[in-house]
Amino acid sequence: MPDRVEVRKTYKLYLGGEFVRSESGRSYQPAADVNIPRGSRKDLRDAVRVARGAFAGWAGKTAMNRGQVLYRAAEMLDGRRQQFIAELGGGRRAGREVDAAVEAFIWYAGWTDKLAQVAGTVNPVAGPYFNFTIPEPTGVVGVVAPDEPALAGLVLRIAPALAGGNTVVALASEKSPLPALTLGEVLATSDFPPGVVNVLTGFRKELLPWLASHMDVNAIDASGCSREELTAVEEAAAANVKRVVKPNGRRARLTPQAVTDLMEMKTVWHPIGV
Amino acid sequence: MALTKRRDTALAKQSFDYAPAPEAVDHVKIADRYGLFIGGKFVEPKSGKHFPTINPATEAVLSHVAEALAADVDRAVEAASRAQQSWGRLSPSSRARYILRISRILQERARELAVVETMDGGKPIKESRDVDIPLAAAHFFYYGGWADKLEWAFPNRSPRPIGVCGQVIPWNFPLLMLAWKIAPALAAGNTVVLKPAETTPLTALLFAEICQQAELPPGVVNIITGAGKTGSLLVQHPDVRKVAFTGSTEVGKLIQRSTAGSGKRLTLELGGKAANIVFDDAPLDQAVEGIVNGIYFNQGHVCCAGSRLLVQESVAGALLEKLRRRVDTLRLGDPLDKNTDIGAINSKAQLEKIEGLVESGREEGAEIYQPPCELPAKGFWFPPTIFTGVSQSHRIAREEIFGPVLSVLTFRTPAEAVEKANNTPYGLSAGVWTEKGSRILWMTQQLRAGVVWANTYNRFDPTSPFGGYKESGFGREGGLHGLIPYLELN
Repeated sequence: MPDRVEVRKTYKLYLGGEFVRSESGRSYQPAADVNIPRGSRKDLRDAVRVARGAFAGWAGKTAMNRGQVLYRAAEMLDGRRQQFIAELGGGRRAGREVDAAVEAFIWYAGWTDKLAQVAGTVNPVAGPYFNFTIPEPTGVVGVVAPDEPALAGLVLRIAPALAGGNTVVALASEKSPLPALTLGEVLATSDFPPGVVNVLTGFRKELLPWLASHMDVNAIDASGCSREELTAVEEAAAANVKRVVKPNGRRARLTPQAVTDLMEMKTVWHPIGV
Repeated sequence: MALTKRRDTALAKQSFDYAPAPEAVDHVKIADRYGLFIGGKFVEPKSGKHFPTINPATEAVLSHVAEALAADVDRAVEAASRAQQSWGRLSPSSRARYILRISRILQERARELAVVETMDGGKPIKESRDVDIPLAAAHFFYYGGWADKLEWAFPNRSPRPIGVCGQVIPWNFPLLMLAWKIAPALAAGNTVVLKPAETTPLTALLFAEICQQAELPPGVVNIITGAGKTGSLLVQHPDVRKVAFTGSTEVGKLIQRSTAGSGKRLTLELGGKAANIVFDDAPLDQAVEGIVNGIYFNQGHVCCAGSRLLVQESVAGALLEKLRRRVDTLRLGDPLDKNTDIGAINSKAQLEKIEGLVESGREEGAEIYQPPCELPAKGFWFPPTIFTGVSQSHRIAREEIFGPVLSVLTFRTPAEAVEKANNTPYGLSAGVWTEKGSRILWMTQQLRAGVVWANTYNRFDPTSPFGGYKESGFGREGGLHGLIPYLELN
């Protein structure tokens, strides 16, 4: 008999700011001792619905406010550093991965109120008009996380999407879903309004086609897709002219392009005159 | 062929008719037949096929152009691939000089290009003369200037060309769309195979002559003519690394699907159903000019046309009265006449599409207004049309008509205006008319559209990025942002 019986955690989807089981009631076992919710098409549709509902509020927050929330996510993640290292299998490499994820939240937090100054322009048109171009969020973004690195790979993609003012429906790695679900707990305590970011687990083949073809998803970051998955995603994405961020063969890195890839440029004209 | 107006009001009886003011065409030389422009030369198509291009205002055949099929597309892409290395490695300042040369020649041959544009496409000469051709030249001048400044445009990102660009453009602004595509592509160091629309190939073929005149290295620009099949062969060619398309959302989706998995870079500039929103404090006379320019410019063959007028209920009556009076004065007729406001519809197929949608508007219960207006016997024509009593579910409020047809809806509050304006899968452009500055900026934030014109409409400039949200496409053309789709960046 052990001295202390461990209180185990039930892993749940993070959806609409709540921790829920799959509506399907199903689970799967990527490792012997853990049951992971096997999200369904209905869960995915629910996630898109709440993400759409949260979009106007999140996009409408001041850039500074979004930066504060993302920075808080870095604080929460750093505070759970040991837990994540354990979930990632321990060791120096796991430590570096958690640090990279923390750094991503901090770095993109800083971009929220700087991006428009780097990516926007005032355009000297040949006429009496004031004309400027500013980045705006694309809308609801689907994020497909890579299997490896399971935590940093996900954070390096949701952080820029959120920094730009998008709301996110993320599909965790099917093979290593634990860090993504625990990340949900970090996100839940970081002042993200409910629905701004949602994390689903389950079988890629059951979820990805519906995410890619969903008519209310504006963009999909497919960096975590295999070659075959990418082709299918790109084909399905055409249904509503989704923007598709493709894997570029390199490990994700910190770049403002990761933010602008998920933003639209809006140009405004106004006459100048008395 | 000038329009004869029959109006009963006393005022109209007193008004003077316009004397015909036709633009001279004797300085324009259009060949009977054109080959494909590949590797710096006009060559006969391997397909052995030609098809006619007509003047939509007279239905007269202007010329015959080649139809490029698989072997021809291969040859054009090969020529572009061969030219890519040397063009991409040419010193940036030399690249700039070639592009600037082209810009100058466009200015020098502006009148000829304007006349051919109007003959081949049906648009009023005052528009091709004052908008299409000067803007096309300005685009080459603007991007010519970027060619040797890319390192400053994208510091620390080692800008490099992508490779061969396959570009497919529409018939509404033939030479201008060519400029939007070719100028940034060349500035970034890419080579190009461009396919103009099948109904308006002539100015692109004149542009090929201009490339020869500019001594642009062979293969840097290749122009192949043909219809949808040619375009599809081009965008699916394995050696094309970058695809740029302007046209309908329907075809854009086909292209997005067909390039899936190819690793090609893609930009799409697709359809629209823009809301032009007039608040009760707007300067109504200015707004009327903006509404007319928004929907009747280029016969409404404009992807960003202000085809849905949203007017605040309290001023709807007054505004519509002014609008009808203004529309009564529009002159429809010979596109080559310098007084013409509304030219010919670009093609029979487009005319039938407009007629079908207008019929649906009638059937669904909207009220139609067309000024009394005699249409020329030959050619394709459609009078300026206003539908009132339109509801959001009507096809004329949802589908892109691409013709001189305005659908009028009303609203009470700014929030309702935003709701209605954004209630479309499109998101290309929008217009806002109000004297209240804070409301302009608020509306500008709320509208999900890539271009917002406040107290103006349908303005374009090479420095100003243009492109859509949602199903109106992705990527930007114009401005600094217009370079991004044509560069590899770290």
